[in-house]
Amino acid sequence: MESLSNKKKVLEQKPLSFMEKMYLPAIAKGMGITISHLFKKEATIRYPEVEREFSTNFRGMHSLKRDENGKERCTACGLCALSCPAEAITMIAAERKPEEKDLYREEKYAATYEINMLRCIFCGLCEEACPKEAIYLDGPIVPADYLRKDFIYGKDKLVEAPLEMKK
Amino acid sequence: MSTQVFYFVATLSIIFSLLVIFAKNPIHSVLYLILTFFTFTVHYVLLNAQFLAVVNFIVYMGAIMVLFLFVLMLLNLNKETEPSKSPLIKIVGVIAGGCLVVTLIGSLKSASITSPLILKNPGLGLVENLGKELFGPFLLPFELSSLLLLAAMVGAVLLSKRDEVEA
Amino acid sequence: MDSGFVIEKFILVAVIFGISLVIAMYSTYAERKVAAYLQDRLGPDRAGPFGILQPLADGLKMFMKEEIIPTSSNRFLFIAGPGLALLCACIGTAVIPWGSPVLIAGKTIPLQVSDINVGVLYIFGVVSLGVYGVMIGGWASNNKYSLLSAIRAASQNISYEIAMGLSIIALLLMTNTLSLKEIVDQQHGWRWNVLYQPLGFLIFMVCSFAETNRAPFDLPECETELIGGYHTEYSSMKLGFYLFAEYINMFVSSAVMAALYWGGYNYPGMDSMAVWLGPTWAPLFGTAVFFGKICAFIFFFMWVRWTIPRFRYDQLMNLGWKGLIPLAIANIIITGVVIAIIEKF
Repeated sequence: MESLSNKKKVLEQKPLSFMEKMYLPAIAKGMGITISHLFKKEATIRYPEVEREFSTNFRGMHSLKRDENGKERCTACGLCALSCPAEAITMIAAERKPEEKDLYREEKYAATYEINMLRCIFCGLCEEACPKEAIYLDGPIVPADYLRKDFIYGKDKLVEAPLEMKK
Repeated sequence: MSTQVFYFVATLSIIFSLLVIFAKNPIHSVLYLILTFFTFTVHYVLLNAQFLAVVNFIVYMGAIMVLFLFVLMLLNLNKETEPSKSPLIKIVGVIAGGCLVVTLIGSLKSASITSPLILKNPGLGLVENLGKELFGPFLLPFELSSLLLLAAMVGAVLLSKRDEVEA
Repeated sequence: MDSGFVIEKFILVAVIFGISLVIAMYSTYAERKVAAYLQDRLGPDRAGPFGILQPLADGLKMFMKEEIIPTSSNRFLFIAGPGLALLCACIGTAVIPWGSPVLIAGKTIPLQVSDINVGVLYIFGVVSLGVYGVMIGGWASNNKYSLLSAIRAASQNISYEIAMGLSIIALLLMTNTLSLKEIVDQQHGWRWNVLYQPLGFLIFMVCSFAETNRAPFDLPECETELIGGYHTEYSSMKLGFYLFAEYINMFVSSAVMAALYWGGYNYPGMDSMAVWLGPTWAPLFGTAVFFGKICAFIFFFMWVRWTIPRFRYDQLMNLGWKGLIPLAIANIIITGVVIAIIEKF
């Protein structure tokens, strides 16, 4: 049937010529191509030792930030948990005691803060929802593990290292 | 030493030949036949007929028995498909076997036991000497048998192509 | 037979056996490395430096895996299959001349297990026997894919054996002997048979690819059609035996090709080397050259595998019966005519 669009191309299948039937020239050509790849630079990156360079807007593991005095910024408002489409974040809030003034910036803080990395889709909505600029997805790739429970990251893994150590 | 090896291998050949007949499973039967041929190869080596030994090895064990096995595997013989043997066939079989036994005994009886045959040329089985014999005094039978094989081959091709000719 | 002879042969057999097993082991590693480099990858590099302990790790894994024997399979034949495949692969090394005789401790030791005067035919016999391992294993698995693959392997091997044998006949017309040792010695220095028999070598090489079930003729283990091929039901070290047999076969056929057509342990300028190195080291150097040629062939096997796609079954049969066999017969006739002409004048 005539094609209306006129875009149809009929593939012409010619019987193989004598040279083509011998296979050998085509085989030699193919072998040449593969051997040339022997001398090309390999594309592999040896991952745990060498890491690929990420783009600037890459979203990796979460980190809970501290302010310039080394106090935790998070005030356990729960907006990140609310915004999370994967329901990966959960937290328990607590009231700051007077002697803990150097540890937490606000009067209310997150006593526990857990992110289930198996649920997280790294969309970055928690980052956008946070009014205190406390959570950022600026870490590396979340490493693999053997047990499901080990993917639930608590504050021990999420909170940034204290300021003194950074110096 | 050579005599002991001969008796050992000869016993093995007889055992395996009997197993060929008595094996219930046709595939096992063929496998025993292969072993029988292998013992024949050893006999040829003991007789210093190296060429014949290797040819027996390649042609019988390596090619013909592979084809046997090939066909039997495709047939997928089961107990149910085995044709039932009527008493008439059994009686005929007994008579035929009896005739064979009588013939064998008769021929064995007439054959007098001579001293072991000593070849004038013990190296007759080696490739070079065998080739000279085959292409010298036995040229005509050799060529005739090759012609026979060629005719058989053409016949086989014709049989397999018959459908096309009729259509 | 004096005991010195027996011990000498025993040591030689053990050494050759060990070398062929090690080469087969490292062929698996080389295969993965070559495949990786041809595809711009790195290949295994975790077990030891550059991953050179990978074959050991693979072997260990094979031993530790669970052994499964299907209940409805034929138990004895199921176990005998891989054993037979490995046995047939290993005994081929017996007639290959690894080097000219070496002078060790005042004794001349031939570097060949047995110089039988039908060596070439012996290799053929062993090769033709190798298919039984595949057939028995495939049938005993009681799996239709295994059976189909076993049948494929059988018909492929039989078909290509014919062309292989015919291509060898042209070579034998030239050499006038069936002993591998004599064939290699005739190719002293530069007089390699491949220079006189290029077509014969090409046919022989294609057939040895088919005989070892290597790509592009690896139809017996064609995954897309037959799951795993004849070893679908196999697990653990029995599977390892089949895979190992394939690599030993590759090693043996590389050695046969190098010996028959590429001069074996001969190399240009070997006479001056023999004077320079003395009767102990010169033959060993020749053996090293031979192994270099074998390794080159093994690399070629792998190079082809990662270049050429698998043939379709009808293409395979067409190539074998309508392509290679007529070519091999033509090669015999041409060789015969040329030899007759040379002898006349």
